[in-house]
Amino acid sequence: MAMNRSAMKASHAAETVFRTDGVTKVYDTGEVQVHALAGVDLQLYAGELAVLLGPSGSGKSTLLNILGGLDHASSGKVWFRELELSSLNDRALTRYRRDHVGFVFQFYNLVPSLSAKENVALVTDIARDPMRPEEALELVGLAHRLDHFPAELSGGEQQRVAIARAIAKRPEILLCDEPTGALDSKTGIQVLEAINEINLRFGTTTAVITHNAAIRKMAHRVIRFQDGRISDVAINETRVPPSDIEW
Amino acid sequence: MRALDKKLLRDFARLWVQALSIALVLGSGVAILLISFGMYGALENTREAYYERNRFADVFAGVKRAPRSLERDIVAIDGVWAVELRTVAEAILDLPFRPEASVGRFVSIPAGDGARLNVPLLRSGQFPDPQSSNEVLVNEPFALANGFETGDTIRANLNGRRRELTITGTALSPEYIYTIGPGQLLPDNETFGILWMPQPAVEAAFDTVGAFNDVSLKLTRNAKPEEIIERLDDLLEPYGGLGAYERSEQLSHSFIEAELEQLRTMGYILPPIFFAIAAFLVNMVVGRIVALERSQIGLLKATGYSNMEVSLHYLYLAVLIAIVGVFLGWGFGAWAARGLAQIYAQFFTFPYLLYRIPVTAYATSGLLGIAAAAGGAILNAMKAAKLPPAIAMAPPAPPNFRRSALDGVLTTLRLSQPTMMVFRGIVRWPVRAFLTCLGLALAVAVLVASSFFGDSMDEIVDLAFYQSNRQHAVLAFSENAPETALEDVENLPGVLYAEGQLGLPARLVNGHLEKRIGIDARRPDADLSRALDDRGKVIVAPEEGIMLTERLASQLDVLPGDSVEVHFLTGLRETHDLTVTGTVVQFFGLGAYIDATFAARLLRQSPRISSANVLIDARAIDALHARAKETPSLSGLIMFSKMRNAFRDIISENILVTTTVYVVTAVLITAGVTYNGARIQLSERARELASLRILGFTNAEVSYILMGETMLLVLLAQPFGWALGAFLAWAMVTAFSSDLYSIPLVLNRDTFGFASVVALAAAIVSVLAVRRRIDTMNLVSVMKTRE
Repeated sequence: MAMNRSAMKASHAAETVFRTDGVTKVYDTGEVQVHALAGVDLQLYAGELAVLLGPSGSGKSTLLNILGGLDHASSGKVWFRELELSSLNDRALTRYRRDHVGFVFQFYNLVPSLSAKENVALVTDIARDPMRPEEALELVGLAHRLDHFPAELSGGEQQRVAIARAIAKRPEILLCDEPTGALDSKTGIQVLEAINEINLRFGTTTAVITHNAAIRKMAHRVIRFQDGRISDVAINETRVPPSDIEW
Repeated sequence: MRALDKKLLRDFARLWVQALSIALVLGSGVAILLISFGMYGALENTREAYYERNRFADVFAGVKRAPRSLERDIVAIDGVWAVELRTVAEAILDLPFRPEASVGRFVSIPAGDGARLNVPLLRSGQFPDPQSSNEVLVNEPFALANGFETGDTIRANLNGRRRELTITGTALSPEYIYTIGPGQLLPDNETFGILWMPQPAVEAAFDTVGAFNDVSLKLTRNAKPEEIIERLDDLLEPYGGLGAYERSEQLSHSFIEAELEQLRTMGYILPPIFFAIAAFLVNMVVGRIVALERSQIGLLKATGYSNMEVSLHYLYLAVLIAIVGVFLGWGFGAWAARGLAQIYAQFFTFPYLLYRIPVTAYATSGLLGIAAAAGGAILNAMKAAKLPPAIAMAPPAPPNFRRSALDGVLTTLRLSQPTMMVFRGIVRWPVRAFLTCLGLALAVAVLVASSFFGDSMDEIVDLAFYQSNRQHAVLAFSENAPETALEDVENLPGVLYAEGQLGLPARLVNGHLEKRIGIDARRPDADLSRALDDRGKVIVAPEEGIMLTERLASQLDVLPGDSVEVHFLTGLRETHDLTVTGTVVQFFGLGAYIDATFAARLLRQSPRISSANVLIDARAIDALHARAKETPSLSGLIMFSKMRNAFRDIISENILVTTTVYVVTAVLITAGVTYNGARIQLSERARELASLRILGFTNAEVSYILMGETMLLVLLAQPFGWALGAFLAWAMVTAFSSDLYSIPLVLNRDTFGFASVVALAAAIVSVLAVRRRIDTMNLVSVMKTRE
């Protein structure tokens, strides 16, 4: 599972998927201004699995939202390959999300009135070249739970449905916001395995946000956040498979 | 089917009770729209076609006796397309197996080609032989009510001779869609019939050979009726013209017109209320769903659904509710329209009916219903579209409760915390609280505006039959008679007491305002038929001057003390300026009253009477009828006692139906508003209420918080509902009043009380239905649910 450091560097040079340049985000509540991001320069490379680590309020979710086209930066620039996200309007951002991005959320965000298969179909209905919902669910080990509703699934299963939903469109990037945050460690690890599997199998550029330091062990790179800034970027010399992680 | 559409259908299925409660309110609006405009269109179209095919005349005039040679001059009037000269007169009929005297209106069928205008439509049998003197065609309702068949005979007193008449067939006429006898308030097909008879026979019977007493004109397309009426009046003047009038004053026509006007008014007033309430409920429900589904909306956007797709998703939910409502409304509307058509069939006789509601009425009512629901959802659907995807992923901030001026008041009141929560809830969402209140007030208003009719009808019956018209019957004379004729009347079997009355056709003019009217001249001591003022006091026409009914006075724009020009259309046909001395309260028709002696002086004749009001000994009533049938000088015997009962029966039947409809309607509105309100309260406060339960509050205490806000709004809504209902009742009374009848606005405490009791009961039941959910609330799972 471990990767050669020079090989990583070579691939970095080959393809940068995301590049941010002095990105800031200020929330204006009327009374106070909160600087969620205070100038972030970051690159994410094709095929890598990056873990964005930091305490709550450090700005990592804000950055993920901006990378995923859910939110606009207050200043600075953001590129997805040649596409400057920071210059896109809402309509173009919607297009971008529809075509390129898969999201996994802490609280799964499944639609309770739709079965597992239908939750995935929600995405495949509008994607350009999706896999079949059954196929996506099989990839996360849920081929036997297709017709179950969210209420009939465990937390880990629900999160795997969410992953299936995210990858069914064959996205180039997979953005995961605290994917294990609501889960116990055993099911959390199953979820991480699913994410790792997707990254390996499809080479999907993956960013995982977490405040759980143990998860950093599975990453190619670990990017630490503190007070809206990147405090440290470390390359993992030896990656550990999720099954060997404990917390 | 797309996954998003499946979500839509499942959400809809989950919300079915709320959806149904809204759909029922919306459906009521659709149904009323369908009934009112559907029936309106159907009635109007049928009427138009009937008028057209049977050449219903445009202008009508009565005259005492004019020579047929006048026809040339009438035809020569510019704008006259066709003229029909007839003899129309009433006589008492003696029907086999019926002890009461009935009244027949004989209408001549012109010689030659038959009727050119107001053409009778043969329903069975055949027209009488033009040469015969004893054959008649009778109007179908009269034949049906009396069980007549072709070949049956009836007897009539014609010009002093008892004649046996053979029925050759039945017919209908556009002139008599609504058939009401002279002096009657309601159609009575048993005792009043139209008899068409060949012209020579009628002329001989009523002594109008070579003459006529009735003119009908059909005008050319661009003719000006006012000018033609003026010319016609000039021509008829020397022969005792009674004043020509347009179709709008023709009796049958104006009754249908009044009915059409009621339908139209109903269609304009009620559906907007229902649609507004349904839109408000949709707004509330969709607003709550959008709030609850923030994270799902965020997800949809994150995965690439566009703003349009997201907002349409929530709009479709409203449309689905509307579709259910529209189908319910169509179903109920079509059923009710058929019922209404049957009621109409009792009063209006069309040869072909009618209750085919045009497709356009379905389409319009359906589209308006859907538009109302979509309109209710649009703001929240747009709110869903506007939610930024990132924010949609985060839980909503707690609602912004702040201290307000009211808090000071609440604190000084030392209210319990639960009560404080109830008040703060109202203050926090004032618009929602206001709209909820308004919706509930409308339900109360609908009840007030419908149940007051009962009291109004009681007042009408009391005033018309017990205060004003206290006679048992009216005997109408063929010709005006000297007052001494009363002695003959009193000598009739069964007559205990008689008072005379003289009807004087006249035109009342004030400046450019004018009105054709029958003036009643009475003795000041008349006790059977009396005029009352607005305080219910009997008022007597003074020795000089004239009293007018309130509506007539306002139409002529005169007040007591003003003077009005009275053009008498009888006798010497003189014009006098008379002072209006008072106004009379009267619910049926327009009227004017003068003193009998004064009338005699104005007309320069000795006092005469045209009818007698009588009290009858009930035991001798058959003998009276038998005599009336043989007395040629009588043209009618109108039984007020019978009319009184018929009126009361019809009213109580109608009131029962309308009250039921309106109570159901108000219950639907109240239940729709309170049930949805409480459901949304529960949804918003589920965590809060579960927390309180965990903290040790009892079910009852928690229910109090849940129900408190809704019930408080229900109570607040009552006075608004009363005021709104009073206004609505006033608007309906104003809209329904016509020259034919008016409805008094009688609002009793009972009416308001009834409205509030019904509304409160409906509210309590609806809120209790929601309260049950508290008992079964799983505290742990509610606490876990993430909003």
